[in-house]
Amino acid sequence: MNLFLDAFAWLADPANWTGPGSIPQRLAEHLRVSALVLVIASAIALPLGALVGHTGRGREPAVMVSGGLRALPTLGVLTLFGIWIGIGLAAPVIALVILAIPPLLAGAYAGFESVDRRTIDAARAMGMRELQVVGKVELPLGMPIVVGGIRSATLQIIATATLAAYIADEGLGRFIFAGLKTRDYGEMLGGSILVILLALVIDGCFALTQRVVVPAGVRATRTAELRSRPTRSRAVVGRPNTEGNQE
Amino acid sequence: MNWLWSNLDLVGELMLVHLALSVPAIILSFVVSVPIGWLAHRYRWSRGVLLSICGLLYAIPSLALFIALPAFTGLSLRSPVNLVIALTLYGIAVIVRTSADAFDSVERDIRQSATAVGYSSAGRFWGVELPLAGPVLLSGLRVVIVSTVSLATVGAVIGVQSLGSLFTDGFQRGIQVEIITGIVATIVLALGLDALSVLLGRLLMPWTRRGSRNGRAAAARRIREESA
Repeated sequence: MNLFLDAFAWLADPANWTGPGSIPQRLAEHLRVSALVLVIASAIALPLGALVGHTGRGREPAVMVSGGLRALPTLGVLTLFGIWIGIGLAAPVIALVILAIPPLLAGAYAGFESVDRRTIDAARAMGMRELQVVGKVELPLGMPIVVGGIRSATLQIIATATLAAYIADEGLGRFIFAGLKTRDYGEMLGGSILVILLALVIDGCFALTQRVVVPAGVRATRTAELRSRPTRSRAVVGRPNTEGNQE
Repeated sequence: MNWLWSNLDLVGELMLVHLALSVPAIILSFVVSVPIGWLAHRYRWSRGVLLSICGLLYAIPSLALFIALPAFTGLSLRSPVNLVIALTLYGIAVIVRTSADAFDSVERDIRQSATAVGYSSAGRFWGVELPLAGPVLLSGLRVVIVSTVSLATVGAVIGVQSLGSLFTDGFQRGIQVEIITGIVATIVLALGLDALSVLLGRLLMPWTRRGSRNGRAAAARRIREESA
């Protein structure tokens, strides 16, 4: 438990809260890089994923890209761009964008794909144009899954931005690497606690957003379903698809 | 390319070290999360709690967990055991949800039939539920294999040897080939283990071999055809 005391002592030290390289400044850097990367990666991956999910075309390559890129070791990508581009912000930003694309792409196409085809047909039958179908039907209904993709991408960005301090002078990860170099466990652990808190707070915000973006109509049917669950088991009631469907 | 030819031994050795880190973590996380997933499936009230804990665990950045874990376990920061524990925790966070879904995917009728023909609840678990949940469990395992092998490389920055050491060493010495070799070796290892798990799945679950990859979809189609 002494280790935690060291970390809290480091966190409580006023010297770590002011001036260059202080906790607030590192936190701001971390948030700024993460936000920048999220915006760039979203601008690339979300429209692409929406297109794939809407048309159903190019699904195989999208699955392969989002699955295959997962095997890519983040540290490898970071260090590779680090020696290609050199010290600075460009290398980590490019590496982070590449690593953030798979979850965003997967969330976007899964979200658009999850919408019941009959709902889309109904929207078309009512005379909606293609863009209206996308904007007024598919996007709101698929939103919780799309936000889920943004959520895992953001968490991944925050985690990798910590690691990016290995190649650039940026973010909360600096405390971890500085502590590793001087064998100051208090600083390392203090930095880790800050990173963990940041990730958990942001994850919580996304969990709330995911709940809020569920359209009111969907929420209403969901509660209705809960109430009308059959009291007898299905073995007694019969299979829904053999019951009533026979001529 | 010269670097690669003169360091093939090193790459091979690091691949073995990397396997020794990731395989125990993969197996441990699978063995631990199957019963947890079953609990989440069996007892509704536990589902939300267990899945939330896993979600929180998964949200923790890896580097921060690697550093924070020794404060709980008392192990040295550079101990491979510390890394294996952290990787196992991430693996559990990933598979528990899939494993709960896997047990959910076993039809209620099947479970009731098993009870009706005289299975005890333990016998039903081993003889009916676990094999039928197998394909979904395998899909969860495959995700964990790929993410664990990739994540193990991060240990290199805290001084645990693995294929990730090629990244840190290559970065510090400015050797591009070394980093690329590390990336390729990591991906090869991940895909190799993934292929192995698929093979093992076919051996252990021969009924998934023929026809559609998704047994449930095939069954649903059969029922539809019969009733048409």
